[in-house]
Amino acid sequence: MNVIQPIRGKSKPPAATLGLVDVDIHPRMKKPTDLNPWLSKRWQEYLATYGIRARHGFTGGQPPFPKAQPLACRRDAWPPTGGTPASDIDFLRFQLLDQYGVDMGVLNPLQPSGQGDNNNEFSAAMAHAVNEWQLAEWTRKDSRLRASVVVPYDDGPASAKEINLRAGDPNFCQVLMMSRTAEPCGKSRYWPIYEAAEAAGLPVAFHAFGYSGWAMTNGGWPSFYIEEVSEHAVSAQNQLASLVVEGVFERFPKLKVVLIECGFAWVPSVAWRLDQSWKRLRSEVPHLRRKPSEYIRDHVWVSTQPMEDPERPEHILDIMEWIGWDKILFASDYPHWDFDDPLLALSGAISAEKRRDIYGGNAIKLYGL
Amino acid sequence: MVARAADIPPGEHKRVEAGGRPVALFNLGGEFFALVDKCPHQGASLCGGTISGHVTSPEPGVYHYSRRGEMVRCPWHYWEFDIRTGQSWFDPQKVKVRQYPAHVESGAELQQGPYKAETLPVTVEDNYVVIET
Amino acid sequence: MLAGHKAIDVDVHPVVPGTAALLPYLDEFWRDQVIERGINTLHSQNYPPNAPLTVREDWKKASTVADLQQQLLDPYGLDMAIVTPMLGVQMVFNADMARAFTRALNDWTRAEWLDKDARLRASIVLPMHDPEHAVEEIERLAPDRRFVQAMILVMGETPAGKRQHWKVYEACIRHGLPLAIHAGSSFRHPVTSVGWPSWYLEQYFASSQGFQSTLGSLITEGVLSKYPELKIVLLESGVSWLMPFLYRLQKTWKGVRFEIPWVDRPPIQLVRDQVRLSCQPFDAPPDVVPRVVEMLGSDDMLMWASDWPHWQYDGDEAIPPGMPAALMPKLLRGNALATYSRLRAPAFVKE
Ligand code: FES
Repeated sequence: MNVIQPIRGKSKPPAATLGLVDVDIHPRMKKPTDLNPWLSKRWQEYLATYGIRARHGFTGGQPPFPKAQPLACRRDAWPPTGGTPASDIDFLRFQLLDQYGVDMGVLNPLQPSGQGDNNNEFSAAMAHAVNEWQLAEWTRKDSRLRASVVVPYDDGPASAKEINLRAGDPNFCQVLMMSRTAEPCGKSRYWPIYEAAEAAGLPVAFHAFGYSGWAMTNGGWPSFYIEEVSEHAVSAQNQLASLVVEGVFERFPKLKVVLIECGFAWVPSVAWRLDQSWKRLRSEVPHLRRKPSEYIRDHVWVSTQPMEDPERPEHILDIMEWIGWDKILFASDYPHWDFDDPLLALSGAISAEKRRDIYGGNAIKLYGL
Repeated sequence: MVARAADIPPGEHKRVEAGGRPVALFNLGGEFFALVDKCPHQGASLCGGTISGHVTSPEPGVYHYSRRGEMVRCPWHYWEFDIRTGQSWFDPQKVKVRQYPAHVESGAELQQGPYKAETLPVTVEDNYVVIET
Repeated sequence: MLAGHKAIDVDVHPVVPGTAALLPYLDEFWRDQVIERGINTLHSQNYPPNAPLTVREDWKKASTVADLQQQLLDPYGLDMAIVTPMLGVQMVFNADMARAFTRALNDWTRAEWLDKDARLRASIVLPMHDPEHAVEEIERLAPDRRFVQAMILVMGETPAGKRQHWKVYEACIRHGLPLAIHAGSSFRHPVTSVGWPSWYLEQYFASSQGFQSTLGSLITEGVLSKYPELKIVLLESGVSWLMPFLYRLQKTWKGVRFEIPWVDRPPIQLVRDQVRLSCQPFDAPPDVVPRVVEMLGSDDMLMWASDWPHWQYDGDEAIPPGMPAALMPKLLRGNALATYSRLRAPAFVKE
């Protein structure tokens, strides 16, 4: 079969001298019943009968917009053994971990994880099961992999309970939320998550996606998948603003936030706009003791993929400089279609030392790997 | 440098080696086209991509779909390339996949001609695709 | 700083005192409705009447042409200024009532502002809930060439690119009117795609997400491609968000353009050709402003605006600090003249 041939020999990016850490890998279940060992009879039956019901109208497929490819995956990532992309650990090793010499890979399970479900109790049961599944099927089978604590984020206390359960387990390296929550994520209903994460010393990652239940733009629903792709960055901007303006970083000064697959070129503009507006409106938000941009600079990390593509490559250097070279983490997004090849993702215009940090150094510091 | 023509029926494609390089060999209704099997973007194997048609539009809401089977979309970021020319859709002059001339010769012609069969034993009865790298 | 440039201000906001001010411009039915039902204000949360961003401290009194003359037109030596009243007519749910208020608002602008200073030009505020109403309003007012553009809010009921709005854009083209899109919401949706934020600061911030989504919609639905002669003017949009947004959209387009095959040119080029932005607020610190301008890759896109009486700058730093000096002639005047055909000829009032 043609597709499984590596396109080139195994190789690690030469600049990754501190190690190659991929902060965005999406493991999938082979079949919907894979979580059953960790679901009670009640929730097994519920899942089989009523299924996942997120805050949109579709029951299946990849809502709300059909993606460009099946499951939004690389066409060559379907394992020769059958099953869906990234459901077979051997093929994932072959196509990603071994192929590029990944030293550490962070797992971010997406649907059917039950995150953002209309039913909070079910969401909590699913999150717990997904976490057990990550341990049993992934981290125990390959020591290079780290799990994320999947939380039923629209239920703050239930999320905190799940985080507390995982605190201290070195298999987990972060808490995982989706970037579209039912309300802006800085609101107090989400604070138990940040409190527990801070106490456990775990960064909180927001991965692009999820269904808030509101229109995907603040002017209504768009038409196209290409708009949905752009809107991931747009909604993440409001989330970042919410975290800052609600004073989450004042309240939880050790909290670290990672924006995964949200793009990053927009981060400086958001920081500047918030600073500018805050100068006029600070009487409204006396709980902020610093400029918004300072909270962002200190508390926020971004992942590389999908990297915005300026017409002139040097402009990406400006943008990275404005964000902070120590805040940028390499991500491949395997097995999705917009996967970034570790060997080619980072422009040669970035110095070898900085590439070293993006490939691994920054993530090692952030996660304490 | 050669593949057995019968191994790649019309509408199919196959990855072969030619001149030490992986080549994506396409059969479009009996005509053979050979493209370097490496996307000019980040290098994915085009053989793992999607074969599709060409859609253009004179105005919003109108879809002109033609040349079914003659475009290959990269398996990764879905850039479209014209199998006949290797040119990308969005920047045909600057972004293209290198193309090699390919033609069919009979085994009998081959055994006398300048081409060396690197990968297959050649039999006189069969036809072969010859790629000039 | 502006002296000698004969500057044109593309974003000035006369403050509408209240619905009472519109009474003379409403017909009898709607006038009585206002009184009988006690509809005494239509001010929107977009600009809470006393909030600092809504009115700069030294421009607190900004309700008459005399205020505008004293605070802006005379001291800045402006050649022309385009006034756009911000009143919540876009929020009204009854389309007929929205039409009545919008007509009255536009007539108020004409009588209370345009007729009182020859330097003034205005936007036709559009009642967008019914595209027929919007077209009708354009047809009604376009003969008065002091109306130089049509205006919608950036956050409406459905994304601006959708086809039901196209007849409005065709009317704009017929009359040589750019489509201006101003910050603010009609509040048909929460101001973020993740629901209602707690603070006004977040709400004000959220317009810049609206601009990204709206521009994305105009591009992907094919409005820019289908109507190359249509100019889009983004007002009070901020500037620094633009290129990062387009970098991603254009990257995605390379692979996913089959979904929108009518977009057959790179989106960044479409935007450079057809989209213009006012430069207040700019949303970047002075030391990076030149770099952000460089990323735009065009000298033709930015137009100067004071945003009077909104508080976008202090003192008389009317031009975002850091703006390259070489850009001034175009920024202050040239780009506005190139964008608005109606500013190029003397305004002719058809009776
Ligand atoms: S690798 Fe082919 S489109 Fe990116």
